[in-house]
Amino acid sequence: MTFNGWVQIALFVAILLVLTRPLGGYLSRVLEGQRTFMSPVLLPVERGFYRLAGIDPAEDQSWWVYCRAMLVFHIVGFAFLYLLLRLQAVLPLNPQDMSAIPSDLSFNTAVSFLTNTNWQSYGGESTMSYLSQMAGLTVQNFLSAATGIALAMAFIRGFARANAKGIGNFWADLVRVTLYVLLPFCIVLTLFYVWQGVPQNLGAYVEATTLEGAKQTIAQGPVASQLAIKMLGTNGGGFFNANSAHPYENPTALANLVQMLSIFVIGAALTNVFGRAVGAERQGWAILAAMGVLFIVGVFVAYWAEAGGNPLLAALGVDNAQGNMEGKEVRFGAPLSALFAVITTAASCGAVNAMHDSFMPLGGMIPLVNMLLGEIIIGGVGAGLYGILLFAILAIFLAGLMVGRTPEYVGKKIEARDVKFTMLAILCLPLAILGFTGLAVVLPVGLAGPANAGPHGFSEIFYAFTSAAANNGSAFAGLTANTLFYNSTLGVAMIVGRFAIIVPMLAVAGSLAAKRKSAVSLGTFPTDGPLFVGLLVGAILIVGGLTFLPALALGPIAEHFAMLAGTLF
Amino acid sequence: MSTRDKSQSMFDSAILKPALVASVVKLHPRELMKNPVMFTVELVALVATVLMVRDIAVGAPDIGFEIQIVTWLWVTLLFATFAEAVAEGRGKAQAETLHRMRSETIAKVLVGVSDIFEPVRANALKVGQVVLVEAGDIVPADGEIIEGVATIDESAITGESAPVIREAGGDRSAVTGGTKVLSDRIKVRITAEEGSSFLDRMIALVEGASRQKTPNELALNVLLAGLTLIFVLAVVTIPSFAAYAGGSVSVIVLIALFVTLIPTTIGALLSAIGIAGMSRLVRFNVLATSGRAVEAAGDVDTLLLDKTGTITLGNRHATQFIPVSGVDENELAKVAQLASLADETPEGRSIVVLAKDKYGLRIIGTAEIKGQFVPFTAQTRMSGVDVDGTVIRKGAVDAVVAHARSMGATPPMEEIERIASYIAKEGGTPLAVSRNGQVLGIVYLKDVVKGGIRERFAELRRMGIRTMMITGDNPQTAAAIAAEAGVDDFLAQATPEAKLRLIRAEQTGGRLVAMCGDGTNDAPALAQADVGVAMHTGTNAAREAGNMVDLDSDPTKLIEIVGIGKQLLMTRGALTTFSVANDVAKYFAIIPAMFIAFYPQLGVLNVMQLATPESAILSAIIFNALIIVALIPLALRGVKYRPSSAAALLRRNLLVYGVGGLIVPFVGIKLIDIIVAATGLA
Repeated sequence: MTFNGWVQIALFVAILLVLTRPLGGYLSRVLEGQRTFMSPVLLPVERGFYRLAGIDPAEDQSWWVYCRAMLVFHIVGFAFLYLLLRLQAVLPLNPQDMSAIPSDLSFNTAVSFLTNTNWQSYGGESTMSYLSQMAGLTVQNFLSAATGIALAMAFIRGFARANAKGIGNFWADLVRVTLYVLLPFCIVLTLFYVWQGVPQNLGAYVEATTLEGAKQTIAQGPVASQLAIKMLGTNGGGFFNANSAHPYENPTALANLVQMLSIFVIGAALTNVFGRAVGAERQGWAILAAMGVLFIVGVFVAYWAEAGGNPLLAALGVDNAQGNMEGKEVRFGAPLSALFAVITTAASCGAVNAMHDSFMPLGGMIPLVNMLLGEIIIGGVGAGLYGILLFAILAIFLAGLMVGRTPEYVGKKIEARDVKFTMLAILCLPLAILGFTGLAVVLPVGLAGPANAGPHGFSEIFYAFTSAAANNGSAFAGLTANTLFYNSTLGVAMIVGRFAIIVPMLAVAGSLAAKRKSAVSLGTFPTDGPLFVGLLVGAILIVGGLTFLPALALGPIAEHFAMLAGTLF
Repeated sequence: MSTRDKSQSMFDSAILKPALVASVVKLHPRELMKNPVMFTVELVALVATVLMVRDIAVGAPDIGFEIQIVTWLWVTLLFATFAEAVAEGRGKAQAETLHRMRSETIAKVLVGVSDIFEPVRANALKVGQVVLVEAGDIVPADGEIIEGVATIDESAITGESAPVIREAGGDRSAVTGGTKVLSDRIKVRITAEEGSSFLDRMIALVEGASRQKTPNELALNVLLAGLTLIFVLAVVTIPSFAAYAGGSVSVIVLIALFVTLIPTTIGALLSAIGIAGMSRLVRFNVLATSGRAVEAAGDVDTLLLDKTGTITLGNRHATQFIPVSGVDENELAKVAQLASLADETPEGRSIVVLAKDKYGLRIIGTAEIKGQFVPFTAQTRMSGVDVDGTVIRKGAVDAVVAHARSMGATPPMEEIERIASYIAKEGGTPLAVSRNGQVLGIVYLKDVVKGGIRERFAELRRMGIRTMMITGDNPQTAAAIAAEAGVDDFLAQATPEAKLRLIRAEQTGGRLVAMCGDGTNDAPALAQADVGVAMHTGTNAAREAGNMVDLDSDPTKLIEIVGIGKQLLMTRGALTTFSVANDVAKYFAIIPAMFIAFYPQLGVLNVMQLATPESAILSAIIFNALIIVALIPLALRGVKYRPSSAAALLRRNLLVYGVGGLIVPFVGIKLIDIIVAATGLA
């Protein structure tokens, strides 16, 4: 670990903290339908959409109506994307004559982009037509992100409102987030990336002759626009197979920094939106602090593992000064690769600028743990916030009784119904991850997937299902996932990991919104101080993390100690 | 917490023996079903037993380890049912005393209008029937006096030996089945049927028989069931993970891991905590109609307290003698003392004492006075003494003035009224004193704020609870007393409607309200309050409206009730946190033991250096069982509770039960492992 490495990490954290509050204020105004500086231009457009769709944005939906609207929207979105992928061969904007995508891969990909996972069982530049990339994948990048933010706001309203029947209007939330937040920000980011050297064209691939005289095909396309939303919306689906390790998808140090920031910025700002909505920004900062503690620990371990390099290589006389450089871009090195890996998995983004498969066992375990905890360290846009708030409810209920009162969180009493739905939501992650991993590691179709043997192969399978169920989408690589078995099981894991959390979460939101708000007194469990942050982190680690300890022990932990004993896989 | 605490020792053999039997009976799946965690343990214990029998039958090796695990699984279950049985046993012991007085009584049911009655067994009485109860009779059932007045011995219910007076009409008309009429005769309309009477409810509650799960307990059960499910997932997937690694894990080991991971500690003690909380309340002579009310008491934000009897001593004390002009202060004191010598009321005694302390007047024995004492009557509203032809009177100002006029005097009305209204404004009561028709002056009787009450309110404030004083006094008087007592707020000239409005306003503001009351006109407010404590001396209407009844009729107890509610919730929270935190150590004990056969490098995770894989697993399961027994006393007693802010409570309890819960099992499992290894059990 170097001073320079830590300065770069500190710079990232500092910029993020500076951005959190102003963006939180802006998001709050947008989501509450208040005027912003963009209203003069966008308000007519927004109203036009409502008229066109026959929607009354002021209609307050109950949790179930909100949920139903969200589900219908996704079913239609799935059908559209699935058909687009199946039919891309006969549709326009296909200069490379890409063929139709097989049904299992289309299912997997459609689910993947719909659920904000962006797991890719394919290589973008060798599979997708420009139309599929732009009208299919990029569109879902926007919509899945907007859905996440809308859902987070619905959950926030559950805490903020009192004696209320509704939790907002799904359509209005969706339109406002897309129109006022994602589109304008992405236009600016796209222009920035183009300036940094990311291509944005519809041209055919270019043939080049290398210095050695070999022929090389250089892929082209509307990369910058997809890159912008891929990061901002924590989607992570790369335009190129190599994702943000590809020079066209991550050309400069500045582009790398902006990419990392745009992964985290909305998720961080949403904690502030939460704080503002419940009437105390400190509540938001406490949530961000809990996320921050887990994040910093993750960065430290990953950077330490990667900077240390492989002791077995060092023993062979290889210079380990740069740390473990296998699978890393020389441009980024150990610190920025480790930081990027922690960010992308903490935030359910899944974009990568290095191959996690080639990380040291413990370095690779951190991304895995980030996802196993339920993508609550900043998390996916929106999903991270509602995920950690569910854990907050759990933590409050576990320990809150210890102050001698019915547990309360930001003025809402936590009762049997809330606990029930919270547990349901928290249950679905271990169900999908452990269930499918357990299946895949014994079935021949599953065992055909991993490229490596031993605990490392186990990690590859375990990572894939974790990434899918946590809606992260990053790949450990090393797993041949474009098979009927993996495409379908991973697809189901993604659906469970997304919607089996959302539906109970909205039920909790509805139940909370209907409750009265308790007054705050000295007798109230303080949820804005370090004690609560510690409690929340503890609950996340014990309830969310320990469940997976047996699996981790058989994967990265076994591999780590085997490596120390001289065995590699 | 209380001097009244007559708690029995947990190891009282009268409780212990039946509890041991009950703990076996409670293993019946139908009983255990109510407890999802322990029911799950029973299911896996049954599976393990079947496997063990099979292995014994086929003569499998290493059967000793398996037998030990299975034994400890059943012991875990027994400890859990034992905890509940002990809690119930202690309740039963309390109920026993109550049962004894429910010996068969014969009621005299009145027929027609005259006093003709026919004998009916008490348990055949119907609501609405009117019975005659005469001196020496036991009141056959709960009811309301519709005619007559009687002194009643309620010691069976309250433990208070001094008889009380109950009379028709007014706020003291309720009688309780099982109490004994000492004098006079009353007609009582029956208000509760057999089985639903006060006594029955009390017995059922302390026995834990009719115990329903409280809202928090339900929520906690959901949480524990959820955690159990998560661990089901964590454990059932291990065999396939192990198979991938080329190894295998035996079912018995998986069961051991599962049982240690699921929250058995809190699961085993949860119902014991609830029952014990209820019996703590009963020991305090407070009867709650439901556990829900006890929990609500812990949540209370605002306490409405009646001034008289709660904040001030019910009786007023003489603090000053104010003579009219031309009368010496000493003279007034002397006459007032003479008038009060035979007055045994606290007010009268306080006059005698004030005269002695402040003016050095010797207390004369009543025997030394050769005169005629005139007792206080409601008609005259005066008392006094006629001695050597001197007529001395003290009493309500208007009564004494009227008396003076009747003796032909013209009292200085302007001056008397000025003094009297000054005293009233200060929150006091004026008493006029006259001699032979001459009004000498006024005695200032003052409301005296109870000693230590100010500190208690400060304590409540630290806990975040607001106190409000309710009084019929005018606002100035109320403000003066409120300031002296240190309450946060007050409601002066309180009417029942104003009380109700106040409660509603507090609730709209998101605060839970507790109050106590006794009169029929308190009933709406008692019903509206989240915690309504009715005084036992109060009317049936009040008792039905509230959700608790204080048998001692001590309104100050509201503060203790809040404490009991909080302690109950804290005990649950503390043991839940402890139970969940325990899992960390158990993982570190069992995971290396489980996987070491095929991944020897995972031996590094054996941070406790446990002797062998078998001893590690056995130690974890033994610890898991023993911790239940070790914590039974805590569950029954409740965690230590000191009034302080939520932040302070959280910090302390998180340290003790959270961090403690992380550390204790590491130490415990290691110690057990040493013993297990030394004795060669595994």
